[in-house]
Amino acid sequence: MTDTTTTETAGHSYLRAMIRQYAGIVLALLALCIIFSVTNDRFLSLANFTNIFQQVAVIAIAAFGMTWVILLGEIDLSIGSIIAVAGMVGAQVIGLGWGFVPALVLTLAAGAVLGLFNGTMTAKLMLPSFIVTVATMSIYRGLVSLPTGGAPAMNMDPTWIAIGANSFLGLPIIIWIVVVLFLVNHIALAHTTFGRKAYLTGGNREAALYSGINVDAMKIKIFMISGVMAAVSGILLSSRLYSAQTNAGMSYELDAIAAAVLGGTSLAGGVGTMVGTLIGALIIGVLNNGMNMLSVPYFYQLIVKGLVILIAVWLDVRSKQRQG
Amino acid sequence: MEHCDVVLHLTGVRKTFGPIVALRHMDLTVRAGRVHTILGENGAGKSTLMKILAGVQLPTEGDITLGGKDFRPRTPQEAAAAGLAIVFQELSLCNNLTVAENILATREPTRMGFISDRKLVAQARALVAELGLPLDVNARVADLSIAQRQLVEIAKGLSHDARVVIFDEPTSSLSDSEAEILFRIIDKLIAQGKAVIYISHRMEEIMRLSDDITVVRDGEYVATVEKDDTTIDALIAMMVGRRMDEIYPPRLDVVASPSDTPVLSVSGLTRKDAFEDVSFVLKAGEILGVFGLVGSGRSEVMNALFGMLPPDTGRIEIDGAEVRITSAAQAITQGIGFVTENRKEQGLVLSHGLRPNVTMAALDRFSGRGFMRSGPERAAAEGEVKRLGIRTGSIETVTGTLSGGNQQKVVLAKWLATRPRILILDEPTRGVDVGAKFEIYRIIRELASEGTAILMVSSELPEVLGLADRVMIMSEGRVATTAPRDTLTPERVMTFATGHVQ
Repeated sequence: MTDTTTTETAGHSYLRAMIRQYAGIVLALLALCIIFSVTNDRFLSLANFTNIFQQVAVIAIAAFGMTWVILLGEIDLSIGSIIAVAGMVGAQVIGLGWGFVPALVLTLAAGAVLGLFNGTMTAKLMLPSFIVTVATMSIYRGLVSLPTGGAPAMNMDPTWIAIGANSFLGLPIIIWIVVVLFLVNHIALAHTTFGRKAYLTGGNREAALYSGINVDAMKIKIFMISGVMAAVSGILLSSRLYSAQTNAGMSYELDAIAAAVLGGTSLAGGVGTMVGTLIGALIIGVLNNGMNMLSVPYFYQLIVKGLVILIAVWLDVRSKQRQG
Repeated sequence: MEHCDVVLHLTGVRKTFGPIVALRHMDLTVRAGRVHTILGENGAGKSTLMKILAGVQLPTEGDITLGGKDFRPRTPQEAAAAGLAIVFQELSLCNNLTVAENILATREPTRMGFISDRKLVAQARALVAELGLPLDVNARVADLSIAQRQLVEIAKGLSHDARVVIFDEPTSSLSDSEAEILFRIIDKLIAQGKAVIYISHRMEEIMRLSDDITVVRDGEYVATVEKDDTTIDALIAMMVGRRMDEIYPPRLDVVASPSDTPVLSVSGLTRKDAFEDVSFVLKAGEILGVFGLVGSGRSEVMNALFGMLPPDTGRIEIDGAEVRITSAAQAITQGIGFVTENRKEQGLVLSHGLRPNVTMAALDRFSGRGFMRSGPERAAAEGEVKRLGIRTGSIETVTGTLSGGNQQKVVLAKWLATRPRILILDEPTRGVDVGAKFEIYRIIRELASEGTAILMVSSELPEVLGLADRVMIMSEGRVATTAPRDTLTPERVMTFATGHVQ
């Protein structure tokens, strides 16, 4: 079953489809948890899981945006740089003394504008998004250092810091944000005409065009979504670091792509869900956390992460071939 | 049947994919110096059979001999080495390479390990000349028309020596003059004592070319007959397993009363290098056939009406009011539907189920405040499946797994879901088996009787003459003539289409 737009079918067929679709990655996630809880007795604790969720937040939110982009058959490599730009814009606006809300709005707007640029280049100049976002990854990374000349900027706004540090109803605010953004993205993708158009455009651009879907507008809007999601990630990251670092979010685009692909989003476009992406992000978060707790050196972590992605994608492709 | 000249022999060949049976039981005896046609609806198992012979798939059971020796190719290279050549439909070419490079792909002449361009071009040119194909071997495939690409496929398939040559629906994108070239090539192969396996849907062509005809149905061998002992009707009956009394359903009375104002009126439509001064009118309940050879501009005009290829000058009126259509969305709003020529590229999202495909051009009708309404959507998809007789497991079945005929019906369903007043059909039965063809004809007739104005482009003459009320014939981007069907004969249509009338 490669069709992922069946989320509206009722009853047990819906449940069966869900199980068939996600069984593989859920099992992988559970297997990782078992391995890490056996090798480290501190792994299986509420405190550690809260920690994992907080770490996952930044990647998960960026990955929601990335899922839209990949679903369309495109790619956005610039989100790591957008994450850094967002933190810096926030810090600068706070530095001007304008307060929390203007800082928040302008930061999200910055993400939207950078996404708009990616989308416009891709849609209107018909450049491949891979090339466009390789270029803007570099451009945006350069922009980060403009205000400070390369030095980090400190965030002194208490509300900004509270996002990463405080809790609401017993849960860290960061986790609330992930949950809300997950629901918003999931509903938008699975139940709105916009989401449907994204599936159709990614599945067959030309057929979508002939069906009256404005595919250029879809591309631009979706790159803007990706930019805004990356900006939210940037806010969370700078809040947790109490500062805007110029190298923040470096190579996060790879984690976001990995989360989406682990979750079953097809790089060919047209296939993917937010549920899958969330699980994919959790796998990456658990992997990072577990290996850190075991004091696995960073370079080994990179190797393991890469291998896990390869195996997961291979298993996924194989199971789909069997069904098809 | 003498056994000495049997080249290829299959007994009890079976192919399964897990629980799915693609080929139930196939027997086939192909003799040298004869054209052997394999006839069957899409999904009857023809392509599986071809893949087995081509070395793409291994049979699950059964014996195959080629020239008396066991034949079990595991790769296309092994099949070719054993003396089997296949001409595919236009899918196996590399568009970024030249004609010569494609023809001799994997067999490029080399000098000290490097490809020798000079020898390559010379060899390809010699082959093309020998086959009598009108091709420039230095042209890039991407710059060729679909018909020309098919000719490249033919040259490629025949570029190595073979005892059995398979043609897989070679004429589906050829115009009549190009098909003639192909028929001459086949005659020559037969004269050389080779065996030809021919796969096609076109009955006229089959009756003209074949010596033997094997009918397959539902993955199973039905019968082998000699051409002289059978008729088109008998073949169709064997193929679909039921009698076909008539090919074209009778004209139905127009239910909706036609008004005097034409629904669609086009005058002086011109686009540089595509079409010039195209004018016609279309009334409610009318089927206007549009006939033209490859390159006559017929598809370009349809794209212009649908906003995909804006005209430079000219006037389009709907219900007597001028409209400007610059996007598909505007065309749909004006009540135009467009069943495009190529369902896989422009029609369907093959990786998705029937339901989203059926509703994709009418999302506004199945949503409220931006949210999809799954109840009406499912009802619409189920309704169209029933109305058009689409054979599918459920409305969630992935469209890519359906047969060509059923896929084409899904494209029709998608446009019917927009409730069009003007329906453009571009080659509505291309690559569709005979059974589905008749059903599509019936649907077209029904739509017309309900008052839909239909513009039907086709390169199949019998289809145009059998279905249309009036026919517009295009030649080199211009309208050669528009005439009521009863005043036209196939010969007259071809005379106009080839531009022999001043």
